[in-house]
Amino acid sequence: MKAAVIVFPGSNCDRDLAVAIREVSGREPAMVWHGDSELPGGLDLIAIPGGFSYGDYLRSGAMAARSTVMRAVVEAAGKGVPVLGVCNGFQVLTEAGLLPGALMRNAGLSFVCRTVGLKVENSQSIFTNNFAAGSEISIPVAHHDGNYQADADTLARIEGEGRVAFRYTAEVNGSANDIAGLLNDAGNVLGMMPHPERALEKAHGNQDGRRLFEGLLEAVA
Amino acid sequence: MKARVFVTLKPGVLDPQGRAIHHALEGLGFDGIESVRAGKLIELELADRTSDADIEAMCRKLLANTVIENFRIERQETVA
Repeated sequence: MKAAVIVFPGSNCDRDLAVAIREVSGREPAMVWHGDSELPGGLDLIAIPGGFSYGDYLRSGAMAARSTVMRAVVEAAGKGVPVLGVCNGFQVLTEAGLLPGALMRNAGLSFVCRTVGLKVENSQSIFTNNFAAGSEISIPVAHHDGNYQADADTLARIEGEGRVAFRYTAEVNGSANDIAGLLNDAGNVLGMMPHPERALEKAHGNQDGRRLFEGLLEAVA
Repeated sequence: MKARVFVTLKPGVLDPQGRAIHHALEGLGFDGIESVRAGKLIELELADRTSDADIEAMCRKLLANTVIENFRIERQETVA
């Protein structure tokens, strides 16, 4: 799997994501700086990491979504290259218009940092094929702005099209319909607030996140 | 020329920050507060040739996320 991890000023999960990709695929991903205008050719995955890109100035993900490299990411996504955005990466994807809706301040106003239960709603995507539909997995979250919101028509559409990949099994941040992970209409872009790269090794407490990367490797290899 | 852009959450979008401010004000003993909504004020210093359409484009492309936010532009012409 030939992968690239995008690095913005303020990204802080970029190396964790790179380790996850390397551990699972056996291949070191390219680290691509936000100011680069081109991505490496022939990518099987573009990963947008968690963190606080540009200090969360204006809105979480807003500045990163307008950075130079994102023009190349949007173009690649349009050609069907798989794109995974985790946490701040999910915020960047909504701000860049690759996913509908927006991620707002958590309803309880607190930063939420703990392992949460997720229900796998769609097990047909390249990102979720390693899970059984309806199964429950555990993945850590760590965010302040994870409260997914979209207008009623958009929510009805994404639900109707089966684009909710993961749903929280209990209330976490006020998200509409408890949406934790969302696919684009073509199914090649996934944004999720939980961090699969933090559930990779036995020492992490569980390896449910590893299964996502293993499934993805299987799907794109 | 100066312009001020007011960015506010759309009506109906839950504003947890506004609600917390509301509770804090009541905690300080202020009563009669019916609702609090928090937003942003962005001040721009612009060349005089900047058109209304330019400022609106800035709002739509970056300053506001129109999925959840509205914006209002207030132009302040420089007095010669």
